[in-house]
Amino acid sequence: MKLTNLMTSAAMAFGLATAALADDPTKVGFVYVGPVGDGGWTYEHDQGRKAVVAEFGDKVETVYVENVAEGPDAERVITQMALQGADLIFTTSFGYMDPTINVAAKFPNVRFEHATGYKQADNVATYSARFYEGRAVQGTIAGNMTKSNIVGYIGSYPIPEVIRGINSAYIHAKKVNPDVEFKIVWAFTWFDPAKEADAAKVLIEQGADVILQHTDSTAPQAAAQAAGNVITFGQASDMAEYGPLPRVSSIIDDWAPYYIARTQAVMDGTWASGNTWDGIGAGMVGIGEISDSVPADVKEAALAMKAALADGSYHAFTGPINKQDGSAWLAEGEVADDGTLAGMSFYVEGIEGDIPQ
Amino acid sequence: MDLSAINPILLVASLMVAATPLLFAAIGELVVEKSGVLNLGVEGMMIIGAVAGFATAVESGSPMLGFVAAAGAGAGLSVLFAVLTQYAQANQVASGLSLTLFGLGLSALMGQSYVGIKPPQMQKLDIPVLSDLPVVGPILFGHDLMLYVALGVITAVWAVIKFSRIGLVLRAVGENHDAAHALGYKVVRIRIMAIMFGGACAGLGGAYISLIRVPQWTEGMTAGIGWIALALVVFASWKPWRVLLGAYLFGGVTVVQLNLQAAGVAIPVEYLAMSPYLITILVLVILSADKSSAPAALGRNFHAAR
Repeated sequence: MKLTNLMTSAAMAFGLATAALADDPTKVGFVYVGPVGDGGWTYEHDQGRKAVVAEFGDKVETVYVENVAEGPDAERVITQMALQGADLIFTTSFGYMDPTINVAAKFPNVRFEHATGYKQADNVATYSARFYEGRAVQGTIAGNMTKSNIVGYIGSYPIPEVIRGINSAYIHAKKVNPDVEFKIVWAFTWFDPAKEADAAKVLIEQGADVILQHTDSTAPQAAAQAAGNVITFGQASDMAEYGPLPRVSSIIDDWAPYYIARTQAVMDGTWASGNTWDGIGAGMVGIGEISDSVPADVKEAALAMKAALADGSYHAFTGPINKQDGSAWLAEGEVADDGTLAGMSFYVEGIEGDIPQ
Repeated sequence: MDLSAINPILLVASLMVAATPLLFAAIGELVVEKSGVLNLGVEGMMIIGAVAGFATAVESGSPMLGFVAAAGAGAGLSVLFAVLTQYAQANQVASGLSLTLFGLGLSALMGQSYVGIKPPQMQKLDIPVLSDLPVVGPILFGHDLMLYVALGVITAVWAVIKFSRIGLVLRAVGENHDAAHALGYKVVRIRIMAIMFGGACAGLGGAYISLIRVPQWTEGMTAGIGWIALALVVFASWKPWRVLLGAYLFGGVTVVQLNLQAAGVAIPVEYLAMSPYLITILVLVILSADKSSAPAALGRNFHAAR
């Protein structure tokens, strides 16, 4: 990170010097948790950044810093960006939540946008996508396709966003296949190809023939490909280079429209703090093409699920659903409210194992 | 909890794969230390090997060529260390540490355009009949070529050190360089060759991670394996066979931890992550009673005029 950081700050310093002469473009900063070439999460955020550049051309100037560790390092990087004149800063990982809030308090005139978090301020908005809707589609395919009835799930950190995804995938896999069982491994990283590959291999060795991942690299896809007879789903990005097998579909994050709209709002002076949480319907969550390795009827069921989620006729968390300990959570026909979903910290009934503390 | 889900055969097989980078790096460092040089730059040489091997394999389409390049790159970087410590008489600890930092930075720079790219795949060895044997087949005969190369290197190093004249000279240089010099051996030349061998092995270990184990390139992907290799040499008390044992023990920790997690046993990750170092500290304490196992001239610079 140090080197990239250094080069970016050099570029930013240079940009600052010239900005004073030209008529001040809107400066938008992005803080990334992984490298822009991860092929997943960070890659898609950077596609969003490029879309902003393409949309506004000279009127906007973007900077980014990649591989920023969550924690104190992040606070330093965000502060540096704010000091160097950014008007709008997107911090694109859950762990940047407190650093973003801290820095925002010091720079009331800079607008911040934090992805996947739940803390807001007058100059901090939050935004996220309803990935769990995509997980529902994945769960449908996974439940239908598994022959061993074991689905492996690589979790990153035990935070609500990840737990929501596990629950949603499990509920919908169970719906089409009552015998399905989830094996969950926590990698405690967003991006570490070696660890992710190891986790995928272990799950495959323990009988999983479907691997779902909530980490950012393509390493689990490569591991599944090497093992053969295992299917995977692209995470955050299409990961189409691993299709048609093992990758049979994917969840694609599309941040571009949001980034463009928010940058426009800053230019117009209409920016206001808030919370945006869009799903398949609004296009923030895309479902990558379902490959021909999936039987036609399964594909049809998955697409029907996608359509129902998109037009709002079905909610991925619709009762009856019990919590893991057997206590009732949602009654028949009841749907989960956003507040509970945002802070979800429990497994639904049927999932084995404990969430690490 | 369902321990029956863990398949012991596959566990051993994947443990061997996980331990191979460690084997390469540790056996190289063992030879270096046997010659009386302490090179703390293992991590740096590994990561340079990882990126050089990856880049070469992607550009040429041949993983084997990648491994050759990785060995070359590791050895190349170690020459820097050799020049610093053998000719310029620089402090070995400081030079080694700077080699690690330099390697990490340089590899990040070299690898910029290789992030997220898929390398050509290395075929697994498929020996008819033998690979299909139950139990023994997947454990012993179902791996890629480089894993066997690693085992071969261990055997070769053991044989050379124990039985050959070269091994005797190497040990003499490491135990007492003044005496070796008086006998007419070229201490500096022998040490440089040992350092380069260590660099080549570390490079191979790095490339094994980026080309086979993961396979992908990312900044800092060796993630401390070089340091574990250093600890491993001490743990093995400078004996090649114990390196093999220790590598399987240390390398197995990660694999076992993930297996336990998938089987529903929750052991905090942190305990297993620190266990190699804990074991090493323990062994160091035990070894402190018996100093004979470390090469006597380890870490001491040699100059003919002194």
